[in-house]
Amino acid sequence: MHNVLERLKSGRTWDFPGGVHPVDFKTISNTTVIKRPSLPECLYLTVKQHIGLEGQIIVAPGDKVLKGQALTKNSHPLSVPVHAPTSGEVVAIAPHVSAHPSGIAEATLQIKPDGEDKWIDLTPLTNYQSLPKPELIEAICSAGIAGMGGAGFPTHIKVGVQKEVEYLIINGVECEPYITSDDRLMREHAWQIRQGIDVLTHILNPKHIIIAIEDNKPKAIEAMQVACQENRKYLVCSVPTKYPAGGEKQLIQMLLNKEVPSGGLPIDIGVLTHNVGTCYAIADAVFSGKPLIERVITLTGKALSKPGNVWALLGTPMSHLLDFAEYDVKKQKRGQRLIMGGPMMGFSLRSDHVPVVKVSNCLLVPTDSEIPLTEAEQACIRCGACADACPAGLLPQQLYWHSKAKELDKAQDYNLFDCIECGACAYVCPSQIPLVQYYRQAKATIREDEKEQIKAAKAKERFEARQARLEREKEAREEKHRLAAEARKKRAEATPVKDTADQIDDSVSESDPKAKVAAALARAKAKKLQSAPSNTESTEQPEKAQKSAAVQAAIARAKAKKEQQAQQTAEAKEETPSQKSAAVRAAIARAKAKKEAAQQNLEKPTAESNEPQDTSSQELEVSEMTAEEKKKARVAAAVAKATAKKEAERQEKERSDNSVAGEQAHNEPAQEVEASEMSAEEKKKARVAAAVAKAKAKKEAEQQEKESTDNSVSDEQSQSAPTQEVEVSEMTAEEKKKARVAAAVAKAKAKKQAERQAAQQNDIDNPEDKELTE
Amino acid sequence: MTAAIALIAVGILALVFGAILGFAAIRFKVESDPLVDQLDEVLPQTQCGQCGYPGCRPYAEAIANGDDINKCPPGGEATIKKLADMMGVEAVPLDAAHGEEDVTKVAYIREDECIGCTKCIVACPVDAIVGATRQMHTVITDECTGCDLCVAPCPVDCIDMIPVKQSAQNWRWDLNSIPIKEIS
Repeated sequence: MHNVLERLKSGRTWDFPGGVHPVDFKTISNTTVIKRPSLPECLYLTVKQHIGLEGQIIVAPGDKVLKGQALTKNSHPLSVPVHAPTSGEVVAIAPHVSAHPSGIAEATLQIKPDGEDKWIDLTPLTNYQSLPKPELIEAICSAGIAGMGGAGFPTHIKVGVQKEVEYLIINGVECEPYITSDDRLMREHAWQIRQGIDVLTHILNPKHIIIAIEDNKPKAIEAMQVACQENRKYLVCSVPTKYPAGGEKQLIQMLLNKEVPSGGLPIDIGVLTHNVGTCYAIADAVFSGKPLIERVITLTGKALSKPGNVWALLGTPMSHLLDFAEYDVKKQKRGQRLIMGGPMMGFSLRSDHVPVVKVSNCLLVPTDSEIPLTEAEQACIRCGACADACPAGLLPQQLYWHSKAKELDKAQDYNLFDCIECGACAYVCPSQIPLVQYYRQAKATIREDEKEQIKAAKAKERFEARQARLEREKEAREEKHRLAAEARKKRAEATPVKDTADQIDDSVSESDPKAKVAAALARAKAKKLQSAPSNTESTEQPEKAQKSAAVQAAIARAKAKKEQQAQQTAEAKEETPSQKSAAVRAAIARAKAKKEAAQQNLEKPTAESNEPQDTSSQELEVSEMTAEEKKKARVAAAVAKATAKKEAERQEKERSDNSVAGEQAHNEPAQEVEASEMSAEEKKKARVAAAVAKAKAKKEAEQQEKESTDNSVSDEQSQSAPTQEVEVSEMTAEEKKKARVAAAVAKAKAKKQAERQAAQQNDIDNPEDKELTE
Repeated sequence: MTAAIALIAVGILALVFGAILGFAAIRFKVESDPLVDQLDEVLPQTQCGQCGYPGCRPYAEAIANGDDINKCPPGGEATIKKLADMMGVEAVPLDAAHGEEDVTKVAYIREDECIGCTKCIVACPVDAIVGATRQMHTVITDECTGCDLCVAPCPVDCIDMIPVKQSAQNWRWDLNSIPIKEIS
């Protein structure tokens, strides 16, 4: 352990594999002090400026903001807020080209400076040593500090680690050519950087603190040594110049001879690294309460007349900095070429409107000859130079083959994700293969695929949950139906003398609504029959009552037939000398009989308690009948359904006839009474149907003038009409439509049948009566 | 005599091993076909039914029973490749009869046109649409698989399938576009 420090103190370090030694070009920009350009006309603050998640915008267009005012809120641990770099007005929140290789427009706050540069009230934490650590970490977070070295990982996450930190490494290596922002910062603000290190030391309490600076920055080393001489714990260490010594993992390897495990973090081996720029920002946040609103950015490249480092407010468009550094368009004859970052790891910007973000450390504007445009990629000659250059000890060639062939799993087998994208392999490649681009593409694809995998798993889960839910619902429904059926059964057993009509209803209730209508028609007909034998005194002899009822009904029908031809057809249909209609009537009659019997049974025990025997015997009789009769009734009901439908068609026609014949006065009240009993929906349907029927009736009016005149004269008509209305209004609109079509056909038939069936009428009625008496 | 002993010995061994195998078959019984599970893992789980089966799992079962592996347009070539690897068959191009590979899309309900009929909610295989009768519906974008199944039932045609917008987060380094701005 100690020999590590001893070794470092004696100026010796270890080495990492590979690495390259490009010409550093640092003198272009590191000879002048950090300047401060004027305020730009507009600042473009990308909401997401670092790795992690974007914050929640807490200002609106038109808001006046002060310098240092938070514009977003960190709604997630992995997000840090953005602050107003100067006082002014939020003019818009709109997508704006971002400092990202894709150049995709991202949500950006646009601030128009008012020139006053007025700060908000700052709350410095000068007594930070007496504050609880979480409060300090919170202060770092709300100051919006994210790693300034290039990756932009939120600093408060890094300093909030719970693991023990053995080594705190302050990274001032700045190994990439051209970039000198950390160099200048260390030279000019070594003291404040040390203050930042003090804060980090207080929070993390590491055993050793190493400040690593590449040996091509002797002035920076000197400055830091001066600043850190008071504290013996701080070891300012010069490391040999080799790209990429500034890479976190490479630096650790160089200083401590320890390797960060694949897929792991430095903290796994007790090491934490922070950039000098981050330390400076931490000191700003703690000692003066200033959030991160500006950073040092190197403006370099031979296409700039006045290169150097500047303090750029976050959100400053590159064009403003180019003007400040006196960009010479003539030196870039093949079009403007701006590189954000260094020549090794940087990326070309798509526009000069790209704003400065927290991680922008360099703007490189090379002449055409300085950094030639990438030439056409040539075939890999398998020279293996890339493998020699790789600082992570990977096999770039294999990664290249597999990435190119989209064999992503194989690329992963070659530890693609340990690639730090330093660009050393592409730098040495004699075939100009943009190797890193291939790796980046492969990595992005793998990440997207993983995301999709997660999404697919979630979709599957949701799909299965849905299937399970549907299954559950289905079972619940079936269970409900089963219970309802059982309850019905029980009810039926408890009151065996139930109305047959109701039973019909029950038996058909499960089937389609048409069946219900048919059942309703059957009930209505039963009522009609009942209306004739209103004399219910003969309840002890229901057979007789039924007989008389049937006879009376027959008489009524016969009368109606004489007087009304149209209606006759409907009645005639009932009297069709077929087994079916007979069965229907039988069923209805039985239903009525049972109803009467049931009524009697209910009445008798209360009113005539002296005749219990009679009642019970009757009940017995009835219950004996039930089983058989039920069956018959059901069969009959099915038949009735069919008949009723046909009948309905005819009655519809009759209804229209009636309505034409000035019977509306009679019909309407009846209709209304029925309607009020119906549900709202049925009413609506009935009304619609009625309207249609009326319209149709008018058309037919002339045609059927003669018949309708007969109808209007008839007294019987006034009685039958309301009944018909009941039936009709109970029909659905759909059926009515059908009925109307059928009615036209039926009309023609009806006339022919009428005479024929009039003769048969008596013959049919008689067998029916016989059957009833049985 | 020796032959008899040998026969008996072998016979006994056979019985013993048979018993062990029989026991193992019961003890380590696999409830469902592991191949189907694996195939199901590979499928994109959009539950879109473009393959002609009512969901991804039924198609996985069909593949396990010998159906073609090129019937999944949302999975596209990558899925076909994986399925081919698993089934030990040659990767074949996507069967155009089942649709073509398309960019990822999500459903979007034009909310002012929605009449609240709930038909799309019933159609959605992953419950990614929220809403109630006669209330406006909306799609939970994160849960939408882009299966298209909600589009057809909509009586007022207020559902659009919108391609997922590319952002810096889902951007895949594009090798072909070297960003050079031409200045005349």
